Amino acid sequence: MKAIIAATIFGILLMFVSLMMKDKKAIASLAVVALFVLFGVNLWDLIQSPAGSSQTYFNNMLNVSYYGQLFNTLMTGCTLLYALLVSKEIQKVGAHVAEYFALIFFILVGVYLLSSYNNLLMLFLGIEIMSIPQYILAGSDKRNLKSSEASLKYFLMGAFSTGILLMGITLLYGATGSFSLAGLSFLQANTINAMAVAGILFIMMALGFKVSAAPMHMWTPDVYDGAPTPFTAYMATVVKAAAFIAFMQLFRFSFGNVSNTWMMVLAVITAITLFVGNITAVFQQSVKRMLAYSSIAQAGFMLFAVLASNTAAANHGMLIYAVAYSVGTIGIFTVLMKLKDYTYDGFNGLAQKEPLLAFVATIFLLSLAGIPLTGGFMAKYYVVMAAVQQGNLMWLVIFALLMAAVSVYYYFRVIIAMYFKQGDAELSSEVTGGDKFMLILTCLLVILLGVAPQLFLAGI
Amino acid sequence: MMLTLIILIPLLAGALAFSVKGEGVKGLALVSSLITLGVSCWASCNAYTEPFSFSVPWIPSLGTHFALLADGMSTMLCLLTAIVLPVVIITNWNKTVDKPWAFYGFMLLSQAGLLGVFLASDALLFYFFWELALIPVYFLCSRWGGERRIPVTFKFFVYTFVGSLMMLAGIIYLASQTSGPDAYSWNSIVKAGSALPLQTQQVVFWLIFIAFAIKMPIFPFHTWQPDTYEQSPTPVTIVLSALMVKMGLYAVLRWLFPVLPQGVAYWSDTVVILSIIGIVYASFLAIVQTDIKRLVAYSSIAHMGLMSAAAFSSSNVGMHGIMVQMFNHGINITGMWLVVSMIENRWGTRDMTKLGGMANVAPKMAIALVIISLANIALPLTNGFVGEFMLFNGLFSGASPYHITFMVIAGLGVILGAIYTLNMVQKTAYGETAEMVIAKDITANEYVGLFIIIGIILLLGVYPKPLLDMTAGIAKILVP
Repeated sequence: MKAIIAATIFGILLMFVSLMMKDKKAIASLAVVALFVLFGVNLWDLIQSPAGSSQTYFNNMLNVSYYGQLFNTLMTGCTLLYALLVSKEIQKVGAHVAEYFALIFFILVGVYLLSSYNNLLMLFLGIEIMSIPQYILAGSDKRNLKSSEASLKYFLMGAFSTGILLMGITLLYGATGSFSLAGLSFLQANTINAMAVAGILFIMMALGFKVSAAPMHMWTPDVYDGAPTPFTAYMATVVKAAAFIAFMQLFRFSFGNVSNTWMMVLAVITAITLFVGNITAVFQQSVKRMLAYSSIAQAGFMLFAVLASNTAAANHGMLIYAVAYSVGTIGIFTVLMKLKDYTYDGFNGLAQKEPLLAFVATIFLLSLAGIPLTGGFMAKYYVVMAAVQQGNLMWLVIFALLMAAVSVYYYFRVIIAMYFKQGDAELSSEVTGGDKFMLILTCLLVILLGVAPQLFLAGI
Repeated sequence: MMLTLIILIPLLAGALAFSVKGEGVKGLALVSSLITLGVSCWASCNAYTEPFSFSVPWIPSLGTHFALLADGMSTMLCLLTAIVLPVVIITNWNKTVDKPWAFYGFMLLSQAGLLGVFLASDALLFYFFWELALIPVYFLCSRWGGERRIPVTFKFFVYTFVGSLMMLAGIIYLASQTSGPDAYSWNSIVKAGSALPLQTQQVVFWLIFIAFAIKMPIFPFHTWQPDTYEQSPTPVTIVLSALMVKMGLYAVLRWLFPVLPQGVAYWSDTVVILSIIGIVYASFLAIVQTDIKRLVAYSSIAHMGLMSAAAFSSSNVGMHGIMVQMFNHGINITGMWLVVSMIENRWGTRDMTKLGGMANVAPKMAIALVIISLANIALPLTNGFVGEFMLFNGLFSGASPYHITFMVIAGLGVILGAIYTLNMVQKTAYGETAEMVIAKDITANEYVGLFIIIGIILLLGVYPKPLLDMTAGIAKILVP
């Protein structure tokens, strides 16, 4: 709870900072310090609450659980890592650096709400608080037409999906007379009516849009490709993970009793997401666009955590996946930002020129592909295990693993370009000692996640 | 604790190698591999009388342990791995490779993975090492291989990775059926797996077996193998053919037979038939090859086919024979590749039609080639004979109603093996003398490497008792 307040205050303060400070570097440092403090506040919140506990606020509107706080802490940690890695790139996007960071703080407020909502209105608020700053960030490179296009597209599609979400909430209210999750969990398989089913499916579509599950994924490649790269890195990771945790909690806890109405639909959506994401990624020529499709593919795996009925396994899986995927993706986007040319050819010969950059990129890509000893493997492992324990999803598991094998093709294409092809990979900016330090740190984090994932699951 | 050292030494040395710039890395690799050999010898001696294990919790919430088990079969394969690597390093001492630190670093890392696979007694740990052995080899082949290395290695990688993922699904399924705090330990997996109904066992069997079949490789899954062997640099080819394919066979014995007995029994005839098709098919292909490297690659498919056929014929003699033959084949094929790489080095070609007269210009090399070739076709007094004899014995006493047919057709492989191997010996060692690029017989370091290999071949050919004793009784534990 302290974290929500702190993030809001920091966001507002940063907006005013730009009136007094003009030095971009100073503003960025200030924001990083604020993020650091916010991370500390989260940690403080976490340590104070005993494992397994939960506390409600605002007349039961929010229910802050230990699990949610752990998620918040980890995601704030990822944001901090992200800010440390790319704050220089954010300064290059445009003149309003303070606003960019302020918007990131507001996104975090949305993330915190989504991990702890106890009422569908809070879900709606969380999603909106998280999305609106993103629309702005996507269009922040104002002189670039593609950025503006991305922003407009994202906004229109986002508004449309919000409408669907509201429609779903309304239908559910009509069927149950309640907005609160506790009220919704009275839905029973034998008494459920068509109105409630329609409401559940509408909400599934809207949340599916936010996590870019196929066939609601159409906006993703264009927006991710068009938005300034530093912000793509953020949209594809922390934001997506937050949408997932909202998705998971709602469907598991409130609609768990009526899973027979939506389970099959979601399983098919998962299969389509995996197929579309992986197969389309194979045909991309730009690494940035490939990463957009890969984020769709990874979303397919994360959907497993929503599908799985075993609470403990799915909870673990969601957290590990969120962290491993976020760290890996932020890492590879950081490397991408250092390059001038975003096509595969732009990576040719990077290993000769910047061995360290190529090495860390390899680790991040191996992690995304799910090779053991990296976080990505453990993440896939946990969610797949959750799905296997479900019992009747074995077909989906095997399909997903085959698709994971496809993903090796496009991730390894980058590795092949870096190590085995001749070329002169042009850098857009110099790789400083600080960059190297942060990249190595990120890399170690990825490996730590792969060797000792339980460290990140303290207390659950 | 000593067991952990076997894996830890090459792992740390491999990581350290990347920071050594220059040729000094060879020394590091040699020292590390010799220490590993020492520790492996120690482990084999200890396991000779009584299997021993080591276990610490790894991820408690999953129920996985860092659990290692040293019994006769696993220490024997560790010993093989530990012998082959120093031999490879010694014989390549004079050759310069581009970026030696990375080359030897990756070699040591893959050795760590291999040793881990042979020792792991926890399913998840086994999977970890299984992949750890693969990734360095991918980089080795792609960076230092022949002309077509990138597509070929990529094919190899995708093949094995698909297999691994299917195995992972199988492992997770089996672990989800276990109960208790050590869900992934060998004992729990065996208990859970063998209690499954036949229908389920069949599905899980194929999920897991596909990974092993690709690695071995068994007939329809073998297509990655000749290309990869041909395109890889010889030290890597040795790691692949002498050690990595043994991973597949070892895994069949350790993680398939005891775990899914009914599934194995149901599908064993199919696998035996596939293996036998592989033997005959690969032998015929070997006969028409002109490239020596491809010839040896196909002969390796034939030999692995025989081993897997005997394995799935479900008899104890056969099982014992496979364990012995895994070691022998590893030694023989290492010797074969060493000679092949020397030929390529001296004559500048691997094309048999352009070779000849080795016995005149390089008699020592010719002698080595002849001895190793004879071991390869399992002549008595060589180590190959003992193993192959037991394999045929196993096939003959198999449980299948068609066991005699199987044995007769598999026997064709031996005859065809003699044809292509002796043909190769004739074309390279005798006939008109082809011009050498580097006119040198065996150098001192190559002499040491070949001496070790030929010594083991002859020693185990005459006195195979230590090897037989080492693995005696294991078959009973695996297939009760």
